[in-house]
Amino acid sequence: MRALRIIVRNPMSLLGLILVGIVVLSALLAPWIAPYPDHNGAVVDFLNNNRAPSLKNLMGTDLVGRDILSRIMYGYQISLVLGVIVLAIATPIGTLFGLIAGYRGGWVEIVLMRIVDIFLSIPPLVLAIAMMGVLEPTLTNAMLAVTLMWWPWYARLVYSIARGEREEGYVVAAEVIGASTWHIIFREILPNCLPAIITKMTLDMGFVIIIASSLSFLGLGVQPPTPDLGSMVAEGARYLPDSWWLTVFPGLSILVAVFGFNLLGDGLREALEVQS
Amino acid sequence: MTLLALKNVTKTFRVNQREVHAVRDVSFDVREGECLAIVGESGSGKTTLANMILGLFGATSGEIHFRDSALPARRPTELRRQIQFVQQNPLSALNAKRSVGASVRLGLETYRIGERAARKAAVEAALEAVGLEPELARRPPGALSGGQRQRVGIARALAVEPSLVVLDEPTSALDVLVQARVLRLLNELRAAKKLTYVFITHDLAVVRNIADRCVVLKEGQIVEMGETTAIFDDPQHDYTRNLIRAVPVVDQTEVQLRDKLGRAND
Repeated sequence: MRALRIIVRNPMSLLGLILVGIVVLSALLAPWIAPYPDHNGAVVDFLNNNRAPSLKNLMGTDLVGRDILSRIMYGYQISLVLGVIVLAIATPIGTLFGLIAGYRGGWVEIVLMRIVDIFLSIPPLVLAIAMMGVLEPTLTNAMLAVTLMWWPWYARLVYSIARGEREEGYVVAAEVIGASTWHIIFREILPNCLPAIITKMTLDMGFVIIIASSLSFLGLGVQPPTPDLGSMVAEGARYLPDSWWLTVFPGLSILVAVFGFNLLGDGLREALEVQS
Repeated sequence: MTLLALKNVTKTFRVNQREVHAVRDVSFDVREGECLAIVGESGSGKTTLANMILGLFGATSGEIHFRDSALPARRPTELRRQIQFVQQNPLSALNAKRSVGASVRLGLETYRIGERAARKAAVEAALEAVGLEPELARRPPGALSGGQRQRVGIARALAVEPSLVVLDEPTSALDVLVQARVLRLLNELRAAKKLTYVFITHDLAVVRNIADRCVVLKEGQIVEMGETTAIFDDPQHDYTRNLIRAVPVVDQTEVQLRDKLGRAND
């Protein structure tokens, strides 16, 4: 609660909170508040295709006549689901790696962290493109590819914190008492890593959205007719500058989401630091 | 009766391909109910000794006996419970993310002492025994002063009713007034609970206050050992004399003692 108060008091992180709120609410409530809720699929309305923004379609319509605002709201759904699933898989794996390597040290540390280094040495987008090239370009595979390149960063982050905490008096005290490694790692050290993990997760929501959009921009992510911000930008790019609304609004919506998560992440970092 | 006995204990570390003898052939006994101080400057091996007594690592050679049997490398729970630890730095000794109560409770949980309700009562009793409000159990350590945190550290060690407590410079991070109070508390607790202390320090003023006997360490070896009063009145070794002379003057007896030593040396 104190963290929330600190965030609200800082105008930049408050802006982040508002932007993230808009993104999350428009994704969650899309079926009810989107002007054309059925436009999330293979709907064709050639009578109204490629229309500039108007009162009827606030952000215009796309090449087959679907409302862009509605599709952006559904696009947020996909982006957020993707982000949440990627982080929900990557964070625990990376955290576990980092905790064990950081606390145990010795050969365990060497083996685990070299595995992490191998993953980190592969350029993330290249790995994702390679994987999507080999596997089918589906949403599941997109998530798999992004997760595979995401967890090592959590391992690194948590490892560096855990290594420092290992020498702290409270860890030594638990060792002298004879508490289990399980207890020391999860009950003593992990709580001290959580502020950094939560901050990184918030920042990463933005980055996962960018990566996912980049993949779909390249045609390797979410496939049509499912609405996705990246593929919407890609589709419209050929019709610039005349049909600018095809790209500008999806592009802006990516910006709003990423910017929001970044501001909120920075605010969280400050708030959690102050708290501890 | 001897509670703890070190027999020819040596500890060697390998640092950058070189062997460093942190502790060399150290033997001494700790009698039940006494406070034995291990005195020496930084790097004299006192913390290494403490860590071996606590079982954080084993000796390179030699044996440590507790109640007449050698301590095994992997200590059973009961032996761990018997030997507890109070640390130097009260700021890092408690986990900032866990409540004071959770820190004190850890030993009780690890050794499976009592049920949930009994543990809560035991934690509160332990806090009261060191002069803290039982309500502090719910607070994070960040809400406590340095002296209060050190009391929590003592409560954590005593909650599991050990027979031996290793105190690694427990007062050196505290200011003088708080130091005096914590020392008084330690003295009272020792008498009340019939505890045995191994008190590690470089501070001879503290030693005079609390220790029955002391062991003076220099570069990992014992240079002098005996009753505290005897060592202060008549130090046999130059190193000990220098240590005593390094004590800042706090009262007239100190000054007289220094004069005496000074004359003896000149």
